[in-house]
Amino acid sequence: MSILLSNISKKFGTFTALDNINLEIPEGELVALLGPSGCGKTTLLRIIAGLESTDQGRVLISGQDRTDHDVSQRGIGFVFQHYALFRHMTVFENVAFGLRVKPRRERPNNDFITKKVHALLELVQLDWLHDRYPDQLSGGQRQRIALARALAVEPSVLLLDEPFGALDASVRKDLRQWLRNLHHDLNVTSIFVTHDQEEAMEVASQVVVLNHGRIEQQGSPGDIYDHPANAFVSRFIGHTNIFDLEEHDADWLQTAGLPTANWQGKIAHVRPHDIVIEKSTSHSDAFVTLKDWQHLGSLIRIELVKSGSHGSAASVYAEMPNDQFRRLHLKKGDKVDLRIRHAHWFH
Amino acid sequence: MNAMTQPVSPAKLVERQPLALQDADWVRWSLIAIAVSFISLFICLPLGLVIFKAFSKGVAAYWAALSEPDALAAIKLTVLTALVTVPLNTVFGVAAAWAITRFEFKGKSLLTTLIDLPFSVSPVISGLIFVLVFGAEGWVGDWLIERDIKIIFAIPGIMLATLFITFPFVARQLIPLMQEMGNQEEEAALSLGASGWKTFWAVTVPNIKWALLYGVLLCNARAMGEFGAVSVVSGHIRGLTNTLPLHVEVNYNEYNIVGAFAGASILAALAVVTLILKTALEWRQANR
Repeated sequence: MSILLSNISKKFGTFTALDNINLEIPEGELVALLGPSGCGKTTLLRIIAGLESTDQGRVLISGQDRTDHDVSQRGIGFVFQHYALFRHMTVFENVAFGLRVKPRRERPNNDFITKKVHALLELVQLDWLHDRYPDQLSGGQRQRIALARALAVEPSVLLLDEPFGALDASVRKDLRQWLRNLHHDLNVTSIFVTHDQEEAMEVASQVVVLNHGRIEQQGSPGDIYDHPANAFVSRFIGHTNIFDLEEHDADWLQTAGLPTANWQGKIAHVRPHDIVIEKSTSHSDAFVTLKDWQHLGSLIRIELVKSGSHGSAASVYAEMPNDQFRRLHLKKGDKVDLRIRHAHWFH
Repeated sequence: MNAMTQPVSPAKLVERQPLALQDADWVRWSLIAIAVSFISLFICLPLGLVIFKAFSKGVAAYWAALSEPDALAAIKLTVLTALVTVPLNTVFGVAAAWAITRFEFKGKSLLTTLIDLPFSVSPVISGLIFVLVFGAEGWVGDWLIERDIKIIFAIPGIMLATLFITFPFVARQLIPLMQEMGNQEEEAALSLGASGWKTFWAVTVPNIKWALLYGVLLCNARAMGEFGAVSVVSGHIRGLTNTLPLHVEVNYNEYNIVGAFAGASILAALAVVTLILKTALEWRQANR
């Protein structure tokens, strides 16, 4: 179901957690609320769920105003960061809980519950654990049980708070892929909160970037990466080199190939892969030195040092594919030429 | 419940201690000797003496002392007091712990401090407070006399004083536990469509039940054994307002040694049973 948030504001004492949030989430999307810690993303998720009240603003789920509905009446499924499985119940009973607490006339019979719970446990590929207790499961297993439990009540919206935050890196990678596939199969509108931009880009179909309780940008992962709306988004999504023209000399950027004609601001953000480097030809005016490089799997991150006009040195990072870098036969300390292919301009 | 968390035996603990942390033999043995002699002198000996004195004139005299009407009335009143105050304080304690750990409100720290008040005030003062409020000369004394309601020197006074004295036990057991657990499981239950009432019984109670039982046990022990506050408000009317501890005192003051110690033996037995149950519950909590 679609979700519409209008003018949502929330304060905790004097701290403004959310400041006039307007957001529309179409049906069937998998949306990431992305931002640094303290940006209000979890508060926003809890407000959609009804676990937190708003100071002002309305929450509409599939067109109906649910602002004054209790969490138990919103038809949402919530997966908590630390899973919040009922520790005194088996995995089976955890998943069955939502069905068992339905009012008597809506409550399915036992056979139906048994069938449904096993089907859900199979969906998360953990049916073999049905008689275990939560403290006998690994983090990834708990996460999937928590998801199965939330899905049992057939929520119209699935909300996940830092779903992979407490997991090992390798488990996290698997679960991301798995969550995206699951969403593809179930097609239930889902929102998850994360502070990890890579995770947001990899899993979500829409990314909402938040900072200081405001929405900085909303769009597809590609959109946000290629067309950051402001300096914060550009810095937060992926690596970037920042050149402040009040500190750097503009000539240098011109030499590096940035056309000055269409400068629209005084701060240039340049992605590392938009910097091309070549071994310096002896007669060119080379002023960039290769300092070091790191292997990032298929890519190489190259650390360059540019000596400024006043003798100050600044680091510039470039990235290029492994084999391409090898072909350049560069050593530490080599002088290099560099060309900037593209920059984002901000004020 | 699960076999993975076996209690570590004391022998293993000692084995694992690094050499540097071990004291010389004579230090260890003298510390053990001091501890053991202290316990025997101040705990085992008096306890044994209570039993010995109670049976000093034979089993028949012991039974006679316990089955005389005043003694029976004291036992009955003590049990009645516990039956009324313990359930009430269980409800109050859970409610207070719930309010303190689940809600943010003004005066929360004041409430937390007030819960501890009965522990920090001398029981005699607690008793006197009730006399000052409900006694013939008290704030509402005239109002009560007009309506012929007796609180002080009557059973309601004993109940009130006991209620006041035993209030902290349940709440104090629950607050740290509920703070540590957080409320995510309850939020999860609510998000799955459970009502608040259902959430409380299906999620909260199972999680706090051992701590709750422990608090109830301590509350019960104190409710049955309370002397100071009850002594002030009871008036020591034989067969009517004497609880077991008061009954012991009255008999002792009258040099009825068997009567006093027979009553004391019941209280001592209660203490021992409480300790055994307490240990069992602690073990249970640690091995959950």
